[in-house]
Amino acid sequence: MAKFIALRLALTMVIMLGAAVLSFSLLTLAPGNPAEAILSAERADDPRLEEMEIFMEQHGLNNSMLVRMSQWFRMLGRGDLGTSLKTGEPVAAELWARFPATIELALVSMFLAVFIALPLGIVSAVKQNSILDHVVRFIALGGVSMPNFWLGLLLILFFGVFLGWFPTYGYGSTPHLILPALTLGTGMTAILMRLQRASMLEVLNENYIRTARAKGLNEWRVIGKHAFRNTLIPVVTIIGIQFAHLLSGVVIVEQVFAWPGIGHFLIDSINARDYPVIQGFVLIIAFFFVLTNLVVDVLYAFLDPRIRYEGNR
Amino acid sequence: MKGTGDTMIDIVLTFRRDRLAVFGTAILCLLTLIALLAPYIAPYDPVELNLSQRLLSPNIEHLMGTDSVGRDILSRIIYGTRTSLMISVVVVIIEVVFGVLVGTAAGYLGRAADEILMRLVDILLAFPGIILTIVIVGLLGSSVMNLIIALTAVGWVGYARVVRGSILSIKKELFIESARAIGCSKLRIATHHILPNIISPVIVLATMNMGTIIISIAGLSFLGLGVQAPTPEWGIMLNEGKPFMESAPHLMIFPGLMIMVTVLAFNFLGDGLRDVLDIKTIIGS
Repeated sequence: MAKFIALRLALTMVIMLGAAVLSFSLLTLAPGNPAEAILSAERADDPRLEEMEIFMEQHGLNNSMLVRMSQWFRMLGRGDLGTSLKTGEPVAAELWARFPATIELALVSMFLAVFIALPLGIVSAVKQNSILDHVVRFIALGGVSMPNFWLGLLLILFFGVFLGWFPTYGYGSTPHLILPALTLGTGMTAILMRLQRASMLEVLNENYIRTARAKGLNEWRVIGKHAFRNTLIPVVTIIGIQFAHLLSGVVIVEQVFAWPGIGHFLIDSINARDYPVIQGFVLIIAFFFVLTNLVVDVLYAFLDPRIRYEGNR
Repeated sequence: MKGTGDTMIDIVLTFRRDRLAVFGTAILCLLTLIALLAPYIAPYDPVELNLSQRLLSPNIEHLMGTDSVGRDILSRIIYGTRTSLMISVVVVIIEVVFGVLVGTAAGYLGRAADEILMRLVDILLAFPGIILTIVIVGLLGSSVMNLIIALTAVGWVGYARVVRGSILSIKKELFIESARAIGCSKLRIATHHILPNIISPVIVLATMNMGTIIISIAGLSFLGLGVQAPTPEWGIMLNEGKPFMESAPHLMIFPGLMIMVTVLAFNFLGDGLRDVLDIKTIIGS
């Protein structure tokens, strides 16, 4: 087990280093001049050439690519993500301030998805080919085919505008959270529902289920205790992976609901050509993504010893 | 798959039994026709403004109503089909070509090439795809060309992985060894024995990816980072309709429905193809 974890950890370090280089290199794609974009955003007239020169000099934008990259890596070593060109605040602080709103949204979405998907997936498998099963399968397919920004707009229209039950945008109280969380969680609900149904169908055919039934156990006990527990390994894995995916969904969902999280911040920063923020954002998200995958992998190996042996081969 | 007449007939027959897949195929044929015939079937010019006819609800003259500057929604939807299908097909083709090349190189050459290429793939997979796409197109600037660049730059990875995996497992098969034993050249083995066997997973993956790509195109355009107005495109239409959703909900209903129907059709077809072509595991990107 220790060897497996060490190997995965080493690979993760290599990937993170690569991700850092890639995050930095992305900025060479940008044709626009950040000095011009930021200075002209601050006032009405066009910035003069000298002003732009001074701005570029101050922010070290005139240095060569390699110099800037090595500077960036040295900063990363100190846990510094640089300074936002627009606000002059540290990027790490700016992201950190917006992180709680995003995490709150993602966590609530995940809980909604888990609590809706698992019971429905189980019942759908137990009552295979019933009307409920067909409905569940349809929702599962529809849920992955539905663009989340459209779903968000429909929810706003129906629950916000027509029924007036929930606020349609903004941040603060619990009601504000409901519509964005539903929007963000639908894709995950669909995927989980499908997986839970499939794993349940597979497990229900196993011999130990027949044994449990033959012993005369109550059917719900068979399903709850013997079958459900054995579906947990794949389901928990996908919950982990999907949680990381939720964090990429926030970019669009936060935009629809004007939710003040990091996704909203990314789009603002792209529009303002605030390079250090974009760089920092990409890097943090990649690290989070890679770490989640690492945790899921290790957890998986922990839950299912067969994986570990294969990894040790 | 092996190219014999019997297998092909088997595939078609199994496929025809899958009602959802047939339904998906029918819808896709219809959408393709709509896209190709757009100039002939659209009742109005999709970009022509008509300020006296603003925000009309669906009626006999405008079956889906008009938008905030009086453009006919139905015509914009029809031309939007063209925009979405065209961009997504181009994206998928580039992704497949690039992914298959890289995957084949990694799987066939092995050793150092494999190691380097697969670490590159790992690094790209360290980023949630849509975020990388948003950032690339955001930095390059919004245009159709940059949208295609951003989508393909991220999307080829899935194909490379699948192709490499298939090649590694096929390399060990007996029929490759027999082909080598009877003196087939390396090129002949690659084109006649390996390629036909990696085509099925690639086709399935491409079909399933079409849906994701169409959602991404609409999503990026919705954010203002993709196709630019006044080009008729579903995501832009949703973005433009948003401020008027209280008084004119039809502005949001129809474009969204089109996206969903198209994506659903590709997913039905992809599911069906996967069952028919007997692909058990596909590592999605």
